[in-house]
Amino acid sequence: MSDTALAAKQAKAKELLDEHTRQTVRWHFSDETGCPFWLEKKREFKFDPLKEVNCFEDLKKFPNFEDEWLRGGPIRRWVPKGLADKPVYVFETGGTTGIPKSRMVIEDHWIDYENFSDTLPDEHFPRGSNWLMLGPSGPRRLRLAVEHLAQYRGGICFCVDLDPRWVVKLLKKGDISGVKAYADHVIDQAVTILSAGHDIKCAFATPKLLEALALKLMDKGSSIEESGIKGIFAGGTEFTPQWYRFCREELLGPNVYITPTYGNTLMGLACGKPFDPADNFKITYYAPQPRAVIETVEFKDYNQVVPYGSTGRVKLYTMTKELFVPGFMERDEGERELPHDKYPWDGISGTRPFHEFAATTTVGVY
Amino acid sequence: MLEIPVIRWGQPYESMEKDKIVHFETGEAVATVNNANAGLIKMDMRKQGKARDILRQFTVEQLCEMSAKAADLYQFETLPLGNGTQTPAEFCRTQSATTGLPEHMCAGNMKKNAYVLRNMRHTLEALTRGLPLEILTKGYGMESRGVMVSYQAQTNVLGMVLPSNSPGVHTLWMPVIPLQIGLVLKPGPQEPWTPYRMYEAFAQAGVPREVFCVYPGGPECGAAVLETCNRAMIFGGIPTVERYHGNPRVQAHGPGFSKILFGDDMVDDWEKYLDLMAESVFANSGRSCISCSGIWASRHTEEIAEALAKRLGPIAPLPMNDPKSPLAAFTVPGAAKAVNAQIEELVKAPGVTEVSAKYRNGDRHVAHERYDFLRPTVIHCTSTEPTIANTEYMFPFVSVVKCEQKDMISKIGGTLVASCLTKDEAWSRQLLDATNIDRLNIGEVKTIQLHWMQPHEGNIIDFLFRARAFQNSPPPSH
Repeated sequence: MSDTALAAKQAKAKELLDEHTRQTVRWHFSDETGCPFWLEKKREFKFDPLKEVNCFEDLKKFPNFEDEWLRGGPIRRWVPKGLADKPVYVFETGGTTGIPKSRMVIEDHWIDYENFSDTLPDEHFPRGSNWLMLGPSGPRRLRLAVEHLAQYRGGICFCVDLDPRWVVKLLKKGDISGVKAYADHVIDQAVTILSAGHDIKCAFATPKLLEALALKLMDKGSSIEESGIKGIFAGGTEFTPQWYRFCREELLGPNVYITPTYGNTLMGLACGKPFDPADNFKITYYAPQPRAVIETVEFKDYNQVVPYGSTGRVKLYTMTKELFVPGFMERDEGERELPHDKYPWDGISGTRPFHEFAATTTVGVY
Repeated sequence: MLEIPVIRWGQPYESMEKDKIVHFETGEAVATVNNANAGLIKMDMRKQGKARDILRQFTVEQLCEMSAKAADLYQFETLPLGNGTQTPAEFCRTQSATTGLPEHMCAGNMKKNAYVLRNMRHTLEALTRGLPLEILTKGYGMESRGVMVSYQAQTNVLGMVLPSNSPGVHTLWMPVIPLQIGLVLKPGPQEPWTPYRMYEAFAQAGVPREVFCVYPGGPECGAAVLETCNRAMIFGGIPTVERYHGNPRVQAHGPGFSKILFGDDMVDDWEKYLDLMAESVFANSGRSCISCSGIWASRHTEEIAEALAKRLGPIAPLPMNDPKSPLAAFTVPGAAKAVNAQIEELVKAPGVTEVSAKYRNGDRHVAHERYDFLRPTVIHCTSTEPTIANTEYMFPFVSVVKCEQKDMISKIGGTLVASCLTKDEAWSRQLLDATNIDRLNIGEVKTIQLHWMQPHEGNIIDFLFRARAFQNSPPPSH
């Protein structure tokens, strides 16, 4: 694609983002449709969001979103009045000790994963085929979202029981054998599902669990490919270029497709740039704009994006009818990447735990 | 720039992620090291049985000869390293530059490693108590006294999760190849030098490369090695040792809390042993688990502490390439400061005096922009009660503790090396029976003077092999 064509796409995407920003802010800060939390917060602001937020850049007027606001109830304070009659889900994050952070959701997880579905190649994720969800269960967004993805694509999702809070407790106790036993317990469930004649062709898995499943199948003289799986999506900061290469070259073989994703309970799901040998396994993510935006910002100034190719901290924005997050500092860092034909807005590569937190963060427990 | 690959059963592997190892003084990159990932290790370990099969194509005797040849290559020759080469002098210089150990100490460790390699036949003879070595290969055999014995290997490979701060530990894994067990090494981030050089020396001496893996990388690599090798060693602090306590697959090496104990019968002659005490505390910059961190006696403790402080207190850092450079640097940011603060807090306890301060002409903590030193410290404790009476740090540090001889054994706690100066037979008997002492020296032996024919922290033969019953004919009738 020529630079001019890409620039035109970028400009159009920017226009759409600005318009989406205006609509979202209007929704969340109007007395008729906004949620109690933001309507209450509005009184603290020295600006009027309804009048003074006219484009995406104007979101910098808001203070950074503090995820601590999500701890504890009442959860209804997050339900926009405009959606008050809808059934509400609550998804939790953290919570090994103390009160977890809660996100109220109505349909966002469906919409996010339907949008994500549109990026999946049908030849590797055949429509109508069944799925394995090898990830956390319980009050997690991921479990229902992947199940919806399977249903949206005409399939049925098979899940395992996995409590990541228990794993974190074991890790904090230094109970390595306990962690191993729990991982074995989870993988046994997956192997049982795969061996039960459910015609599973697609999967979500975390890198650690996928690795364990693949090795377990090899021990049994089989493989991920032989089990019938054709396409996998996996996510998290453990999905590194080295792991990507190891997966493609050794763990899965050439006939099983794997694609990286990046996301969290607040934002939804960022897609990986389609695999290109020229990228040498570099992984670049693009947020599902305009519903969510990723910026790579200076460590010393969270309102300033870094130059392309430079390292910064991940800043997330969520702008859906259900949730408004005007800039949340994620616990990761990475490099700012140029827009891509398929995603004509900024991307981010090399995501990894933010260096100031890295020593104290327990990553990839499942 | 020197670039060092991952080694996967002898095959170099270039990874997507690489780390730079830097000079601790300047921050300048010394080499780029490719990093393994946990899955890759687990994948490789599925083939570990092959390592033992390959090694059993040789006799133990042949492998001991190769070890002796490897000793010369390691100590004297220029060997390939990644995309470059390395002379012995470059090895010492680079090891010093990344670990903070003075160059002459690196050379000393090199000599020690080479000695163990060169004398492997005798070492194995001693560690197996004279067992015909083909029994280890075959699994069973008849001893010269007409007894059938059987030794079964408990693993095909030994995994080693190695530290960065103590190049002396490498002697522990050297007997492994001659014992026909493959080697899986996860080097410490700042000290890949010995594993790679030793690997190359073994290979050039005739040991097939296919029996070695070297996996530089993050903590996940160490965890993968421990998970997949049926026998592994790891080095760390007390939490690491406690974590693996009772796990028969993992031998965790931590602080030694090594000590010199004076018997009442010899303590009045303490001045004769001042050199023995000072060198036990000071050698290798006090970094070893066998370095003495406690001197216990029922009397004269004040004089002993004073004399040691006078000897060690004035010692100050010198450049790393100075042949008399006495102190290793702390290269982990904040570590020396934290240790210093802890000592300052602990010396406030009743009955505790720092005796070395007055001989030091300056602070214990010598801070530089990218590294630090802690100067030798001698503490006197009037009883065994203060916490600092039984503490160990990674620099020349010793507590001289007043304690009745009758109470010593019960109060010293776990002690890797106890050098006991006594001729008292009754007490010697009690020392021999004390299960909290690992290596026991009764006589004028420095804690750091190891005889390589003696097992260290558990006999590696017992760790890697299991003696079991084997019969190929009916027993005599009863």
